[in-house]
Amino acid sequence: MLSNLANLLRYRGLISSLVGRELKARYRGSVFGFLWSFINPLLLLIIYSFVFTTVIPNQVEGVQPYALFMFCGILPWTWFATSLSDGAGSLLAGGNLIKKVLFPAEVLPIVSVLANMVHFFFGLTILVVFLFVYRRYPSPSDLIWFPVAILVQLIFSTALALLLAALAVHFRDIRDILANVLTLWFFATPIIYPWFQPNVQKYHALFNANPFTHLAIAYQEILFFGRIGHWRWLLALGAGSIVLFFACYWVFDRLRDSFAEAV
Amino acid sequence: MTAAIELSRVSKVYRRYSGKQFATLKSALLQRSILRDLRPNETFPALSDVSFAVEKGSTYGVIGRNGSGKSTALKLVAGITKPTSGIVRVQGRISALIELGAGFHPEISGRENVFINGIMLGLSKREIQDRFDEIVDFAELREFIDAPVKTYSSGMYMRLGFAVAIHVDPDVLLVDEVLAVGDEAFTHKCLDKFAEFRRRNKTILLVTHSLSLVERFCDEALWLDAGRAMDLGDPRRVVDSYLTKVEESEEQLLASTTARAVEDAAPLSEQPADPTSNMFQATEGRWGSREVEITDVAFLDDEGQPSFVFHTGDPMAIRVRVRAAHAVDDFVFGIGIFNADGVCCYGTNTYLEEMNPQRLDGDADATFAIESLDLVEGTYKVDVAIHKRDGFPYDYHRLLYTFRVKSRVRDVGIYRPRHRWSFSPNVTFKAGR
Repeated sequence: MLSNLANLLRYRGLISSLVGRELKARYRGSVFGFLWSFINPLLLLIIYSFVFTTVIPNQVEGVQPYALFMFCGILPWTWFATSLSDGAGSLLAGGNLIKKVLFPAEVLPIVSVLANMVHFFFGLTILVVFLFVYRRYPSPSDLIWFPVAILVQLIFSTALALLLAALAVHFRDIRDILANVLTLWFFATPIIYPWFQPNVQKYHALFNANPFTHLAIAYQEILFFGRIGHWRWLLALGAGSIVLFFACYWVFDRLRDSFAEAV
Repeated sequence: MTAAIELSRVSKVYRRYSGKQFATLKSALLQRSILRDLRPNETFPALSDVSFAVEKGSTYGVIGRNGSGKSTALKLVAGITKPTSGIVRVQGRISALIELGAGFHPEISGRENVFINGIMLGLSKREIQDRFDEIVDFAELREFIDAPVKTYSSGMYMRLGFAVAIHVDPDVLLVDEVLAVGDEAFTHKCLDKFAEFRRRNKTILLVTHSLSLVERFCDEALWLDAGRAMDLGDPRRVVDSYLTKVEESEEQLLASTTARAVEDAAPLSEQPADPTSNMFQATEGRWGSREVEITDVAFLDDEGQPSFVFHTGDPMAIRVRVRAAHAVDDFVFGIGIFNADGVCCYGTNTYLEEMNPQRLDGDADATFAIESLDLVEGTYKVDVAIHKRDGFPYDYHRLLYTFRVKSRVRDVGIYRPRHRWSFSPNVTFKAGR
């Protein structure tokens, strides 16, 4: 297992070119091309702004503009959710490679996570523009934590993507289950509502058990509130994610030989 | 000499799903059988106890019927699947021409696909850059290299896949029946490339149905049948023993189709179903009054044994058994041989050959012996008939019997005249094939 993991470093050229291919192929043939990576989050932000300022105005103290607050959580969530759903199907979609070419299977779910991370970065530029428009400048000392949050999320998502990809080869219904679990998970995470609301605080033990809570809070604190108070949780989640990664990789490695036959 | 590829006592068992093909997570959880479901429940041995070694720098051919385990063997060598038991050892960089262009993404251009495919096959960006022109020229796709791969024809797709794989510059090249990808010219180019590999002392493992390729190209060969190694060693010998086996199964097949054809044509009719049908139209059937009935037709080899497969130049006899319900004095035995296109290769009867019938009664045999079967390779159908001199049929069997002619020479035509070539002394040929 460890030697396989070490091989992963050797495949970085392969991974980066596959990520590039994924991004190129996604918008090939569309008129706006790469612009879609910006248009999509921008439209999302506009819709949320409209709904929460005009349709059902949200007046919660300290989280104005509300749409911008939500956007800070939705962007990383989108990265997370698409990584898992793409990752879960990645081995099945890339069946040709696994069956016909000597190909390191773990590359496929990793590529799913990384390609969606690039989309996340595109969305981030939109977010940054609007943060400046609203004069919310994150403090430089907090911004050090931003790459940490991204790294933790990267490890966490990769771990789950590997596990789901390996299991989805044998149990196809994982992908459908996952779609529903992700919807549930989204609402169970303080993304479209702030975590310090009294109703949320009542169940804070429950919320703390949700790993993505800590990521969402960290992003919101770093980007929106400009004061990081959640870094201990973030580091703990980071440590947990590393353990999880090894566990998931172990499962993946155990099932590896069955992929070429079961895909 | 060192072995570049070595398989020792390798078996590969594939799992077969017995009605549980779509195992669901729910059922697996409910029955706590996740781990059990991941183990094979019914198994299918694709390879059993196969051992062979390929010396470095040699070319090794693997032959066998479809489903005999050839491709499985190749995948094991390539490392795509793992053996269930036994050991596979390979030395050096491998490139597998198994599924050409397997990693191509249809939406992006040929150029980008070359790079990604090359990286998948283990090249660095730099190496691909250096070989890019060579690859594109080899694939003959210079004009189209910037078009998305989805717009390529299947031939173009395969050529590009082949070009990338062959330029990986492997130490061990695995080839799975890919020479059929291009037109004649491209096939020649591929063969030249293989020859170049051989000259550079690279190892080639070749899986193919082209026996002549094995005989021409390979230093050694392996014949697999139903996952077992039937024979290995000298390619000529292996190909010969494979062909013998193929003939046997062909015999069985021809025997059963012939039996079925005769059975299907059994209904009694006095005249051909289609009155316009004549000697030169190839429709199967049987008609006649059956006053004299053909009870059996057999093709006999030189030992007098019934057979369905003959070699060009072999002797063959067609034995016709008839039974006359009552004695007749007007009868003609006829034979016609047709090739697969329905062209009459030869036809004759006893009347044409000026034999005057006198008497036929009870069970009788007529044998038409051919000293040397001078036909080219192919499948032939035979007419057998017994009728009156004016053409009134007793029993007419139209194209009901089939035999096969094999030839080691790929000559063409209808008929192979006995011949030999001779040359003036200033024309010379190399020895061997």
